[in-house]
Formats: sequence, C-alpha cells, structure tokens
Amino acid sequence: MVAGVFIFGGPRRREPAPATGAAARTDTPMPTPAVLARRLTKRFGEFTAVDAIDLDVRAGECFGLLGPNGAGKTTSVRMIHAYLPITAGELQVLGLPVDRQPAAVKRRLGLVPQEDTLDPDLTPWENLLVFARYFDIASREARRRAAELLEFVQLTNRAHHPLDALSGGMKRRLLIARALLNEPELLVLDEPTTGLDPQARHLVWQRLRALKAQGITQVLTTHYMEEAAQLCDRVALLHGGRILRQGRPADLVRAEIGEEVVELRGDEALLRAALAALDGTSLRWERAADTLYLYCTDGRSLLPALSALRPPHLLHRPASLEDLFLKVAGRSLQE
Amino acid sequence: MRARGVVVVWPTWRAVRVWQRNLTVFRKFSLPSLVGPSIGEPLLYLLGLGFGLGTVVGAVGGMRYVEFVAPGMVMSSAMFAAAYECTYGAYVRMAHQRTYEAILTTPLSLEDVVAGEVLWGASKGMFNGSVMLTAVTLFGLSRSPWALGIPVIIALVALLFAGLSLVVAALARSFEFFNYYLTLVVTPMFLFCGVFYPLDSLPPWARTVAWYLPLTHAVAAARALMQGQPGLHVLVPLLGLLPPILVAYLLAARLIRRRLIH
Repeated sequence: MVAGVFIFGGPRRREPAPATGAAARTDTPMPTPAVLARRLTKRFGEFTAVDAIDLDVRAGECFGLLGPNGAGKTTSVRMIHAYLPITAGELQVLGLPVDRQPAAVKRRLGLVPQEDTLDPDLTPWENLLVFARYFDIASREARRRAAELLEFVQLTNRAHHPLDALSGGMKRRLLIARALLNEPELLVLDEPTTGLDPQARHLVWQRLRALKAQGITQVLTTHYMEEAAQLCDRVALLHGGRILRQGRPADLVRAEIGEEVVELRGDEALLRAALAALDGTSLRWERAADTLYLYCTDGRSLLPALSALRPPHLLHRPASLEDLFLKVAGRSLQE
Repeated sequence: MRARGVVVVWPTWRAVRVWQRNLTVFRKFSLPSLVGPSIGEPLLYLLGLGFGLGTVVGAVGGMRYVEFVAPGMVMSSAMFAAAYECTYGAYVRMAHQRTYEAILTTPLSLEDVVAGEVLWGASKGMFNGSVMLTAVTLFGLSRSPWALGIPVIIALVALLFAGLSLVVAALARSFEFFNYYLTLVVTPMFLFCGVFYPLDSLPPWARTVAWYLPLTHAVAAARALMQGQPGLHVLVPLLGLLPPILVAYLLAARLIRRRLIH
C-alpha cells in the first residue's frame, strides 16, 4: 500500500465547507446546496428511469447514490452534469438551473464517467492539455495544472506513455485528474472503482478522501456498499428509479437493521430448529434461501444456543449498508 | 409546467476547440497519410487519365484533355477528403472513442461539437483541394488568374460533403454502412458530374440528374475560372450549395443528438 501523507498544493482552493449537520444547523445561512432536486424525473419513452426523486447534496460533503444496476444512478448523474435533459421536476446544481444554464454548470463541475472516454491517440499529458482547452485554460496554466494533477493521481512517470500502456486503474485515475482540470466545485463520479483490483480501488478511495479534505463536494454512484461506507457522508438508496432511504449510512443501518447481524446457514431442519430456539425473543430476522439473518443488538448472547445446532456456517458481524440495502430492496435479482 | 430542454441549434466559437483537438491528433499521426491516398490518388488520376487518356481523346471543348480533367480533380479531391474524414474519422471519434461524450462534459455543447467536426472535415477537404490546385497550376494546366477564386469553391464543396458525411456517420451502425454511401453517393458524383467528360455528351435525362448534383456546378465553375471565362451563369449556381450546407449541419446535429443523448 502507498503510505504517507499526500499534500496537494492547489492554490486558490476553496475553504473546506462546513462538513455536515452541526455546522449547517447554526444560525449562519445555509450555503447553496451543491445539488438540489425536486421531483426530478427522467422518462425514456414509456420507461421511467428516475421517478420523482428529491435530493439535497450539501456543499463539501460526499454523497452516494447507491443501487443495483438499472436503479437510475447513472441517469441521475447524467442529468446532474447536464448531459441528459430532464423530463420533469426541478434540478439545480451549484445554485444554477441545469436545463437553462448547462454550460455554466459544466464549467464548475467535473465528471468521472463510468466508461473510458480518454483520447487513445494521445498520451496522458496530451489528454489533459487538450481537455484544458475546452475550459479555455491558458496553455501555461494548463501545463501547471496537468503536472500537478498527474502527480496527485500518481501518474507522473506515465505522463508521456502511450495510453494503451496504462492499466484500468491508471486510466481511472487519469479520468479523475482530467475531471479536476477546471478546479471544479463539484466532482461527479459514476462508479469510480467498478472493475478495478483491490489495490487500484484503495488508491482511488484515498485520492477521493484527499479531495474531500480540500472541500470538493462529491456525488458518486456505486453498487459497492463498502465503497459507500468508506467514502460517503450521506447516501440515497435507489431502486427502480425511486429513493428508498436517504441519510447517513450509520444512522440508516442502525435504524433499520440494528447494530449486529448473525448469519446462520444450513438445511431446512436446522433453520427451523434455530428459529424455534429463538422463539420468544423479539428478534427481527429474515430468511433468504439457505441463510437466516438475525438482526440484533447483542448477538453474542444468541451464539451459545445457535452453535449448539452445529450449523455449517455461523457468523456474527456488525450490521452493514449491504444488509440494509438487501432488506429494503429485496434479495431477488431484478433484471 | 415550464418548457424543458430548449434546443440550442447554433454553435458558438467554442467549436474551434473541437477543430483544435482534431488537429492535435492529426499532427501526431497523420502526416504520412497526406501524401498517401488523399493527395496521391487524385494526382495519379490526373496524370494517368489526363495525360494518358488525353493522347487518345484529344481536345475537349477547345482544351487539352488534361486541362479539362484538372478542375474536376481539384474538386473531387476536396470532396473525397471531407467525406472520408466525416465518415470513418468522425465515426471512430463518436462511436468508438467516445470523444464526443467526453467533450460534452465540458462547457461545449453538442452543436459546438458537430460544427467543429464539420469545420475539421471541411478543412481537410480544403487542404487537399488546395494542394491539388497548386499541383495543377504547377503543371501549367490553369490558364487564368481567375483560378485564385477557386479556393472559395473548394471550401463550399468541402463544407457540403463534410456535413453530408457527418449525417451518414450519425446514422451508421458500423463501418460497412460507409461503403454504401461512398459507392452510391460519393463515387457517382465523381463519375457523373462532368469531371471526365462534358455533360453535353449525356442523354437529356442524365443531364437533368447531373444538374441536381452539387459537384456538377463546382466543377463547371472551377473549369470556367481556370479557363479565364467566369460568367454569372456558372458562378450563380454555386449559391445553390449554401442551403444544403446549412441543412446538412442541422440534420447532423439533430441526428447526433438523438444518437448520443437518448
């Protein structure tokens, strides 16, 4: 792992905005929300991809849009960065109406797309310089930023390599660097680590946390609950184009699932026996095929009775976003 | 409910950024391709057909055959260069490399991208056409200083075929699609627009068809200028190229919007 403190010497960076709750609730006026959506809707013909969602992304926070494939995450993001016109509702980004001022919004926003949209004919260095021109960044300033950003994403030694010599993780980091060229106030990331190996993923996470420390607001989509838990101050769980839950990950998990989960796997008779043994406790539980999930606050006290059944798999662990997600969105594959 | 999705039809000066991007890539890779197919081929036609066939054909309309063919070679080289760039080149950028999508995350609009692509394709056409014009002049095939006006005609042809080809690229689902376009639209222009023979030699109905093909007027006007006989009857029809240029751009923008932004 890469260790150590990273210092990104970006001058003229904005102050870290008041992070969350406490600061925002004081008497000081609320800062402009980074994203404000009211009954935001996107339909493609008959199909409703995003169904009247409300979002409030605060300045300075990292906000996660979570959900399985097809939940409407990418569509939401594409509306936020002024790519897709909205069908109905209201959408403001950085205080601007996206449908009427797309160029102004895009000037202050960075997007890390899901797909590789880098220029394969150009080196990483050239990719950044060409992109800077779209923002009217003067050549000298563009070079300064490109060098700084390549350093930030640890690609300095690849700056002049052909693009196809870069790994998937390197390309993703280059996409992040490219999205930062215009010093955006809001960084939108569509599945920033999908398809990356663990090392590459952790490196990306580390960079995103560094950006948050600089006060850059982030909206990211992911279907990795672990990623959301690692990065996001608040999340919205999307499913079928609707928001099922919205809030701080820990609060959501605690409210719906509890503190802990005991997982028990076994045959039909064993699961029945386990439920019988727990009869009388006010435990919430859920069953999915061969596995029983017991949501509890003191799992340790259940373990003696359960291990007496000698199940092939018995696991006591903290409750996670994934539990919450599977509970509210259901466990069946929806395609 | 308020009206949504105001369609911005007109590009801004930012279209130049797209042109610059293409130039950056082109400068890096494509200089060798200049001497190859795009300029070499029309030059070979000119030499092979003009001088070779010319010995058999003799004079046409008071010109040596090679003089007769020269203006058509200039125009068709502009046409082919613009057409190739805005079919294969644009399609790779749009569908394979997702370049347009990347650019659309910046302050540029889709109209800027489309206009930039048309300008780029047209620039390649103008470049090739101008190189051919220079070659023709050096061969002594152009008799008149009026030929200095020919670059304007080259620009019209290049803009038109860049826009038209971008429309085709917007509709294409694969490279094979371009074979139809190049074989059924572009090549017939080359063969039936008076490049190789006077249109008078065609039957009346074919002459009528040729009159509606844009390259016909460009070739006729270029020939008149090279011969030092500019007349309104050959120059005015060139104005007819302007509406199709505009329509092709608008159609390309509309189709590419439909393709990329569902």
